[in-house]
Amino acid sequence: MSILGNRVLRREDPKFLTTGGTYVDDLPIEGALWVTYVRSTMAHARLLGIDVSEARQAPGVVDVITGADVDLAPLAPFPFIPQTMAWPWLATETVRFVGEPIVAIVTEDRYQGEDAAELVFVDYEPLPAVIDPVEALQGDVVLFPEAGTNVATGQPAAGATDLFEGCEVVVRRRIVNQRVAPCPLEGRAAAAVWSDDGRLTMWSSSQSAHGTRDELVNRVGLDPETVRVIAPDVGGGFGAKVANYPEDLLVPWIARRVGRPVKWVESRSESMVGLGHGRGQVQDIEIGGTRDGRVLAYRLSVVQNAGAYPRIGSALPMMTRMMVDGVYSIPRVEFASTSVVTNMTPTVAYRGAGRPEATAAIERAIDLFAAEIGMGPADVRRRNFIPKDAFPYTTSVGTVYDSGDYDRALDLVLEAADYEALRKEQEQRRERGDVVQLGIGLCVYVEITAAGTNGEWGAVEVLPDGRIKVRTGVSPHGQGHVTSISMIAAERLGVAVDDVEVVYGDTDEVLKGVGTVASRSIQKGGVAVHRAAGEVLEQAKKVAADLLEANPDDMVFDPVGGRFHVAGTPALAKTWSDLAAAAPGGLTAAVDLEGGGPTFPFGAHVAVVEVDMETGKVWLRRLVAVDDAGRILNPMLAEGQVHGGLAQGVAQALFEEVRHDEDGNPVTTNLADYAFISAAELPSFETIHMETPTPVNELGAKGIGESGTIGATPAVQNAVVDALAHLGVRHVPMPATPQTVWRVIIEASAPATG
Amino acid sequence: MHVSPTVNGTTQAHDVEPRLLLVHYLRDVVGLTATNVGCDTSSCGACTVLLDGESVKSCTVLAVQADGAEIVTVEALARDDELHPVQQAFRENHGLQCGYCTPGMVMAALSLLREHPDPTEEEVREGLEGNLCRCTGYHNIVKAVLAAAGMPGATGVRA
Repeated sequence: MSILGNRVLRREDPKFLTTGGTYVDDLPIEGALWVTYVRSTMAHARLLGIDVSEARQAPGVVDVITGADVDLAPLAPFPFIPQTMAWPWLATETVRFVGEPIVAIVTEDRYQGEDAAELVFVDYEPLPAVIDPVEALQGDVVLFPEAGTNVATGQPAAGATDLFEGCEVVVRRRIVNQRVAPCPLEGRAAAAVWSDDGRLTMWSSSQSAHGTRDELVNRVGLDPETVRVIAPDVGGGFGAKVANYPEDLLVPWIARRVGRPVKWVESRSESMVGLGHGRGQVQDIEIGGTRDGRVLAYRLSVVQNAGAYPRIGSALPMMTRMMVDGVYSIPRVEFASTSVVTNMTPTVAYRGAGRPEATAAIERAIDLFAAEIGMGPADVRRRNFIPKDAFPYTTSVGTVYDSGDYDRALDLVLEAADYEALRKEQEQRRERGDVVQLGIGLCVYVEITAAGTNGEWGAVEVLPDGRIKVRTGVSPHGQGHVTSISMIAAERLGVAVDDVEVVYGDTDEVLKGVGTVASRSIQKGGVAVHRAAGEVLEQAKKVAADLLEANPDDMVFDPVGGRFHVAGTPALAKTWSDLAAAAPGGLTAAVDLEGGGPTFPFGAHVAVVEVDMETGKVWLRRLVAVDDAGRILNPMLAEGQVHGGLAQGVAQALFEEVRHDEDGNPVTTNLADYAFISAAELPSFETIHMETPTPVNELGAKGIGESGTIGATPAVQNAVVDALAHLGVRHVPMPATPQTVWRVIIEASAPATG
Repeated sequence: MHVSPTVNGTTQAHDVEPRLLLVHYLRDVVGLTATNVGCDTSSCGACTVLLDGESVKSCTVLAVQADGAEIVTVEALARDDELHPVQQAFRENHGLQCGYCTPGMVMAALSLLREHPDPTEEEVREGLEGNLCRCTGYHNIVKAVLAAAGMPGATGVRA
């Protein structure tokens, strides 16, 4: 019996529950100094002067560093972006967002750092700030005059003029996928120690130790042989810790400069402006079709707010484009995007990274179209689904979906939600004119996982005592990979899960690694380990045959006890420790996975909301979710991933938004002001099992990390719109706060003037 | 200033700055690092500990205010290899992922169960409103607290 598919409890938990994890701030580093960054308080300004003289005299101050001291080239953007849009390590001439680092102060302890930071005087000459990405396109305010434009990159439309020809109905709408803060509970943190022999050890709260190592090599100019990066326990990442930032990459440089170990741990208030933000798209959607519900054409035009320095966020529309069709077979589709810089925190990946934006657009578009032709949202979806016998399916933009059954996902979720009964109750409330109205929202989605990151490395070694050591290039921060990866090795090699040691997040221990990003860990990292274990199994078979003086073809592996014997004589069996001792070079195999490509999880969500028509207050009452991520290794872990994703999806739909005033000052700079979703705002989720294996890998596994967010956001938004549909409302902006919803109700209820 | 709280059953004695936060005292002076800092506005609850039997956010208390008090952190709950019922319930119900909010969440759950030994789901959700988690969507945390409510010893602390 295979252990795969079972609810194996997490091996990680006892530590987290008793002594707590070991996050960067918990590391006992002897003699470590503390780094504190002084940050810009202005969204856009010229720096006329930075006076650090008083700060230098403050108690405990060891060093004060300004941009002039940093002998490193600014952090260059992607090659396809104007290279003048580079990010200085510490601002010297211009600041472009509130929170941009200007000075680094090194002190003996953390409180001294904050004291000294207060003594730094920065002389700003304010410049006009541009916050709205659509305004930024006009270029009245240009962030990088040398670039001559705010446009960082773009994907032009094909420019079809006859896209909507033959459509009886065309609906057009601008919608906003607002900027949100990823908010891992642990912010960014890094520590660095140089040893006497010139080797660096850096601990980084990162989703990829190897990625961080490569950044130190490429941007700080360190020799890869001298660098060891360790990602210790990491308190969440959600995409925002995929790439590095000036603040953490500078930590080893500072340690070398001061000749002592240093540590940097950002505060939440710093994190809210320093850690990258997610989403941030203005979307123009156009959808056309026939009155009987067939969608014939769809155009999505995106303006991506990249923030002040173009990072991963500037490339998010590439992912949006890949998933522009959604789950529908639409004859004519067009996509265009422009990424622009604004005076905001740089935009980065956040749970879904470009795909939630694609799903939000098409799923809102389908509802708008359904409302226009007076057809039910479930019916319009069914009418246009890619049929289940069409896979592999190539979309309008050339994305190849591996497997799917969207009809079945929708059927399952509607049945579980008791959709018909919900519609009846809605009708009754409307007839009665209840103060609290009911809204039912649908979303059927498909997303791409393991996009753009094909390889992953994994190694399996049999230890002398017969236990198994696995090394993996994935880098968990909450996903439970110690448990899931050891399940894969245990199943293949016939050992107990507890007899598998999983090593990760350490560039000295793990040869190569891409990391835990893009919902890729099991389908890439897991598959690499699975294959390496298979190679070890083959090696062991030969060694066992030698020991038992038999033909390897006659050897039988007993996966229950992890033993090899000759067919017919199970009593004379060799164990893993026997074989490890007998194998000349030991039993070990490493797999550097190549190819395989991405996979396409899909699902269907139903959200049920109540809306108080007098106050605009929305309560999410139910969230019913079918999330199909192919073969599931550990349902407990998979459901955990879905739950977290659902909550973040609800958060964007109803509560969370990074807000700025007109001068570019962020007004959501701590967790008292930012509407981080809490337990009190959520119901328990109803998750429904569905598994459509992928042919792309031997585990049949797709990614599960981001699906919940991708499906939940539009489902909840559509539910809020649906609750108000009887007033003629077709759209409610996110987040659907009481104020926003109340305004929509008032506008819809006002008698027409004019 | 001199402070002498009892932390997990052991009497401490230290001279500290008057402004030192209790959470930094516990982490940096006493050396108990399970209790985490997740914000700077007393919003997230990652630093929740028991102070004289009541749950407090230890970033909102000065170390000097805890002079003479009895403090219990998550480190005191398990005995040898045996998890406390609340810890056990979190494990069995997958109530933690990255683990950062977990020590504070467990202490808040323990305090909640002392006030509501048999809480409804709504009481659990409202009771944990001040403890933020970004990973679990709270689903399994709520499940864990409801499961712990039925376990013997769930409200006890042996420190």
